Amino acid sequence: MAVQHADTIVVGGGLVGAAISYGLAKIGQGVIVLDEGDVAFRASRGNFGLVWVQSKGDGMSEYARWTRRSADLWPEFAGELAGETGVSPHYYKAGGVHTCLSEEELQARTNLIERMRQVHGPERYEARVLDRRELAEMLPGLGEAVIGGSWSPHDGHASPLHLLRALHAGLLQGRGRYHADARVTAIARDGSGYRVTTAAGVFAAERVVLAAGLANRALAPMVGLSAPVSPLKGQILVTERAATVLPMPTAFVRQTEEGTFLMGDSYEDSGFDTASRPNVMAEIARRAARTFPFLRKLQVVRAWAALRVMSGDGFPIYEQSRTHPGAFVVNCHSGVTLAGAHALALAPMIARGRLDEEFAAFSAGRFDVQAHRDVA
Amino acid sequence: MFKRIATSRKARLSFDFEGHRLEAEDGDTVAAALLLAGERVLRSTAVSASERGPFCLMGVCFECLVEIDGIPNRQACMVKVLPGMRVRRQRGAARVGST
Repeated sequence: MAVQHADTIVVGGGLVGAAISYGLAKIGQGVIVLDEGDVAFRASRGNFGLVWVQSKGDGMSEYARWTRRSADLWPEFAGELAGETGVSPHYYKAGGVHTCLSEEELQARTNLIERMRQVHGPERYEARVLDRRELAEMLPGLGEAVIGGSWSPHDGHASPLHLLRALHAGLLQGRGRYHADARVTAIARDGSGYRVTTAAGVFAAERVVLAAGLANRALAPMVGLSAPVSPLKGQILVTERAATVLPMPTAFVRQTEEGTFLMGDSYEDSGFDTASRPNVMAEIARRAARTFPFLRKLQVVRAWAALRVMSGDGFPIYEQSRTHPGAFVVNCHSGVTLAGAHALALAPMIARGRLDEEFAAFSAGRFDVQAHRDVA
Repeated sequence: MFKRIATSRKARLSFDFEGHRLEAEDGDTVAAALLLAGERVLRSTAVSASERGPFCLMGVCFECLVEIDGIPNRQACMVKVLPGMRVRRQRGAARVGST
């Protein structure tokens, strides 16, 4: 089989890889997307669909600013994507609420919001803590159990599935090509670029971007990088459709464009297990029903679990290889939130072959064990 | 249009449909009881508001949705009639919360 060439090869066709590929195709780059296919864990398929700023980057200001930059780009990104492909990602910058059910939760939230205000700057951040009465005016049917929460005007939500479909349609409209069932087995230098061997043939490009989620762990060392990421399971329940009642998403319950209610937020370290478990499902349903008691009237029609791609500190990894110029690794667990930035800000950096200086903070070098020695 | 094929000695019971009192026999599903009472339209669709009634009678087609005792989108063919049950047509999407 003849070797296929492009400017850039992106390994991974989920939300991260597809957003970068779409961004590259949009600026005229030839892109080959190598996707593992339906056997992939594909966190994109299990995503809750928040575009979320208010709590992101506690402990890493670069991540807080990058997240905000993506949220700022989202309206333009969503509009262009829908216009070009005819597939709307159902994005709404409606603001978003994190609800609290106990004094302890509200106190922790208040402290977090104050820390984030310092990170972003009070003028720019705009999120604030709201009491029960203020929240009840914003959220019809809010349960008595909700004692307060936090709200940000920069938050919103989108459909992960529509977004993924739109990104794939968009990259194919440009100079993007997509190959399914193309699990990568080897990456080798080829002149000034790279030759990538897969189950679906051999491909070559000047640059290679690893956006393969959990599979990056094995792929990154092939280009002198590391991607110490692990699975963190999350479970979601979804109800039947109902007439629109919620004007904005909350961190645990959101109503989709179609009318279903997604209920979520669980964190389990259980390896690569993607089964739904009744004990966790019950806890998710209990919290959702306390937050919005009207949910008790609706039937849950599906449940699923997916694996977040988590680094040791929960922050993303963006890094260019020092030993392999033109090779990049990208890992995050916010494929929806960061899609705007990945398509419109990160892709141009990759096209020119160099990440901005501020991306040094996202290097996986931060996980290296530091040698501590007592000085005599 | 429909009639019972056998004379049974099951207990009679009554329930409410859209404010009217209807009779059923113990063991009837809501869909069967409504069809026997001559009711053809049990819901209107969420998208185009077109009228629908029981079709598969085995829990698959979701065309017989009704509101039962305040709970929307119940499958009439999968729920047995209970004395005093209050049944209403499911008109469009379920309305929950304070819309």
